[in-house]
Amino acid sequence: MAETSPTNLKTTPLYEQHLAANGRMVPFGGYSLPVQYPSGIMTEHKWCREHAGLFDVSHMGPSFLLLNNPSGDAEADHAAVAAIIEPLICGDIAGLKPGQIRYTLLLNETGGVIDDLMVGRSPLVGGALYVVVNAGTKDGDFARIEAAAGDKAKLTRADADNALLALQGPEAVAVMTALAPGAERLGFMQYASFDFAGEKITVARSGYTGEDGFEILVPNAVAATLWDALLADERVKPIGLGARDSLRLEAGLPLYGHDLDDTISPIEAGLGFAVSKRRREAADFPGAARILAEREGKLSRIRVGLIVEGAPAREGAEILDASGTAIGVVTSGGFAPSLGKAIALGFVPPAYAEHGSKLQVSVRGRAQPAEVVPTPFVPHRYFRQPKAS
Amino acid sequence: MTTKFTPDHEYIRVEGSTGIVGITPFAQEALGDIVFVELPAVGKVLKKGDEAAVVESVKAASEIYAPVSGTVTAINEELTVNPGLINADPEAGGWIYKIAIADAADLDGLLDSDAYAELTL
Repeated sequence: MAETSPTNLKTTPLYEQHLAANGRMVPFGGYSLPVQYPSGIMTEHKWCREHAGLFDVSHMGPSFLLLNNPSGDAEADHAAVAAIIEPLICGDIAGLKPGQIRYTLLLNETGGVIDDLMVGRSPLVGGALYVVVNAGTKDGDFARIEAAAGDKAKLTRADADNALLALQGPEAVAVMTALAPGAERLGFMQYASFDFAGEKITVARSGYTGEDGFEILVPNAVAATLWDALLADERVKPIGLGARDSLRLEAGLPLYGHDLDDTISPIEAGLGFAVSKRRREAADFPGAARILAEREGKLSRIRVGLIVEGAPAREGAEILDASGTAIGVVTSGGFAPSLGKAIALGFVPPAYAEHGSKLQVSVRGRAQPAEVVPTPFVPHRYFRQPKAS
Repeated sequence: MTTKFTPDHEYIRVEGSTGIVGITPFAQEALGDIVFVELPAVGKVLKKGDEAAVVESVKAASEIYAPVSGTVTAINEELTVNPGLINADPEAGGWIYKIAIADAADLDGLLDSDAYAELTL
């Protein structure tokens, strides 16, 4: 129940909006952000699953990587800018179509995850990427990308001059389309620019809740206008960091610094899908030797989802086998409002990772039953464009 | 019948030699939606300041300490199926446990309602 000290905390362009809505402000990633509004985490969580929730995620690190001397040939320029970032990550960026976004991982030489991030190919210009990284790692990530770019490309941070909003939930598309007609035509993991209040906003069909929805980069000058306009729709309520965390946990999505860190590989983290086929076949990404060996089954731990009986098992709780021997640790855990029970993500040796495996978690010194289940805990409801025939 | 408070936001409502313990409206508001309550065992002997129960919100676990020394005589079983009672009705239906007060002098060290109200201003 410690009071928030505003010392040295940055504020987002929506700070006044949060105060006006009686948001309970807490320090997070160096910013003062609302952990919840008066309705509370449970209500906010359920509202987002049923209607549309609006999140201020301006603490994150949006940026653009632009080729310094584009040739004018869009395909060649895209290949050139992709070649700058690909050596840092395990995703196929060269293969992105205009306007397509890929979830990928920045890796160190031992195959540990430095960050998880989104990389999009500009829908309009060749040789331009939209790159969004996590708040806590953004300075290091940007330095790494800048070093790779050298004099071939320029990385422009967009975090100081813009707010980043997320609009998530089954009614998000109707709300977004009313303000940005055409947004409904974006498929999951596609983005485009739209006009709003005389400015350009960048709208991506993506998110961190498992629901359909959008992440919107909006210039500071009109950020509050957009926030207010979205909230003017009665289907939309503001959602704080507390429900953001419970929503992403139910969706089985990892949180960097908790379920992912620089010792954990993509395979251990259950993110093998983020190691793109072309990159895998070329084995041309950092830590490829470890990651490819782990992919063949040579790994000592793997991320699992657990349904926990009784008290929530929080981060740091030990995972025990049926006989009570410690075999792993919980990296994220809490109560799942949509399920009405406790869930957790954690790491165990592969021998214990089979779905249905009966394990235990130690909470305050007591062993409680926990069962390995598939993730996501709550099915994803992303909007996928029908494949063009 | 008097009610006393701890600086940690527990209340103890004294009825004869028994105290009924819960958390204050201020505490439940600060914790947010309560999703799980770990109750003490009936018969458990507690020293003043011992961890007596744990209240879990969506976000975090919070320990509830014994405001006085004594023995747990009853627990609010209703909280195992409806932990949200602590949010809805912290001072009545959301009580957590009853304690046979070992030493009434423990109560003198606690806050009265005016002193507690001042603390939560």
